[in-house]
Amino acid sequence: MKQPEQKIETITVSDLIHQVHVYHDDGYRLVQISCAQEGDAFELTYTFDRDLILSHLRIPADQKTSIPSISRIYLASFVYENEIADLFGIPFSGIAVDYKGTFIRTSVPHPFGTPQITTLKKKQEDQHE
Amino acid sequence: MSKQIIVPFGPQHPVLPEPIHLDLVLEDERVVEAIPSIGYVHRGLEKLVEKRDYKDYVFISERICGICSFIHGATYCQAVEQVMGLEIPRRAEFLRAIWSEYSRMHSHLLWLGCFADAMGYENLFMNCWKVREKILDVLERTTGGRVIQGVNRVGGVSRDMDAAEFRRIETEIPGLRADYTELTRIFDEDLTVQTRTKGVGMLSKDMAWELGAVGPVIRGSGHAVDARMTGYGAYDELDFKPVVRTEGDCHARCLVRAGELFTSLDLIENAIDRIPKGDILIPVKGNPSGEYYAQTEQPRGEVIHYVKANGKKNLVRHRVRTPTLANVPPLVHMLAGCELADVPVIVLTIDPCIGCMER
Amino acid sequence: MALTVLKNLVKGPATIRYPYQPAKVTPVTRGHLVVNINNCIFCGLCRAHCPADAIEVSKPDRTWKLHQFQCVICGCCVSYCPKDCLSIEQTYLPPSPAATIVTVTGPDEPEKNEGQEEGINKKL
Repeated sequence: MKQPEQKIETITVSDLIHQVHVYHDDGYRLVQISCAQEGDAFELTYTFDRDLILSHLRIPADQKTSIPSISRIYLASFVYENEIADLFGIPFSGIAVDYKGTFIRTSVPHPFGTPQITTLKKKQEDQHE
Repeated sequence: MSKQIIVPFGPQHPVLPEPIHLDLVLEDERVVEAIPSIGYVHRGLEKLVEKRDYKDYVFISERICGICSFIHGATYCQAVEQVMGLEIPRRAEFLRAIWSEYSRMHSHLLWLGCFADAMGYENLFMNCWKVREKILDVLERTTGGRVIQGVNRVGGVSRDMDAAEFRRIETEIPGLRADYTELTRIFDEDLTVQTRTKGVGMLSKDMAWELGAVGPVIRGSGHAVDARMTGYGAYDELDFKPVVRTEGDCHARCLVRAGELFTSLDLIENAIDRIPKGDILIPVKGNPSGEYYAQTEQPRGEVIHYVKANGKKNLVRHRVRTPTLANVPPLVHMLAGCELADVPVIVLTIDPCIGCMER
Repeated sequence: MALTVLKNLVKGPATIRYPYQPAKVTPVTRGHLVVNINNCIFCGLCRAHCPADAIEVSKPDRTWKLHQFQCVICGCCVSYCPKDCLSIEQTYLPPSPAATIVTVTGPDEPEKNEGQEEGINKKL
């Protein structure tokens, strides 16, 4: 079945807390927070669900400015925020349960957010093995 | 007040099928706080999407998890199909629904067995897995794989079932239902199960919502949250009713899963009755461009596959929000205040799938 | 309960003594990957599309290499093969303590129909 189109609303970081409050007061459930690299910067997407319909909020992010945590509104967000902080190195301020980089144990810090992983050519990969 | 000590639980522990580490802060025998930490089975499958053709990646997305593999593959395909604006054949959607329900049953039976084992009830564990074997036989017969089915393709499924196969499945269903009735009776009435699970790991209705629980965890606390209600794939034509219990303890979560075994059988019967004739696979040309969040229901709860593509044959980003990750906040909440001896039972009731969680 | 005990006594064990008895397979089971090297044109499509990077193809050496422990038997390469020379057999491979690499050398190009010797050697 063709699923409905999804609308992603892009907002600024300063609007985030207010918008999330609005969602919370309307009885939405926090579904997930995801992070994707967009060129040199990152984007965070917050997904909410009410009556089986997903709504999305998107904010730009980078590794220097910290994002206000929404875990005071939705306590559930602390795992997603810790995960993004560990994998992408995007700082969050005021996470309700902050594991301070110990939630996901990685051999290199922030593997998804820094170009530490270089793609080897196929041939070199074989020699390496 | 007594002294606090920290007991490390995992990553290697007899009741844990997969590695998760919990630092349990104890006061005497009571857990004050649990601090989870993961990262032992991270395989970088999300990153691999940047190096593989989006059609070949279906096989990798199926291998995100060793239990709920079929639904991962189907959800990924669904996300890519939505991005490309494909309308796949109706028959393929029905077949996906049938296999999804079979893999749900096999996952729940596996979990019920592991749960019985965690309570120290090994006999029940063997019985659950004996029944599970019948499900795996059907999956192997129809798809070629016992656990990793490998029949999902972008644009449909690669294998069809004929009328004789449907008749055979229909004749097997009453036997399975009898097996489930017996298992459910034991999980519901047995004294061993009741003493280990009743009133343990309480999660109130409000807390479950606030902590973003999904799947049997939230349904055991009285909320009817089930992605199958959205009617993705063929589910809009099937008579689906979520199993909900209101107690919010480990026993309720266990019975939600046992109840879902019957729901799955009903859905399979339903789907066999209503499956239309036609193609099962449409040719897919071109590369996807756009993004989509596909939402489906796995045995463990709702899963979100996010796919972002820019018109090349490799996707830009694939992110999987697995049900276990969403169930970590409720787990941490339930562990605070419980007895040390109940920790294995509570950890298992969220059905942790760490392989999924870390991708 | 007594019924279950009696049933189990009469029926015998529910398990098979694998590997002493063969595992149950169905006609569609994916057991392991084999190549019919005589038809292979060494195009490398299977290598390019393998999700697990298990296949190596070398056109100048006319070899087709499979890292059997890396192969996940998904059947992806089978669907891409232009000559249909890859196929999946039903039987499972025996267990092995070390990684197995199967190297299959194809016949030389000019004498395509004569060179029937295919060298299968397992390097451990």
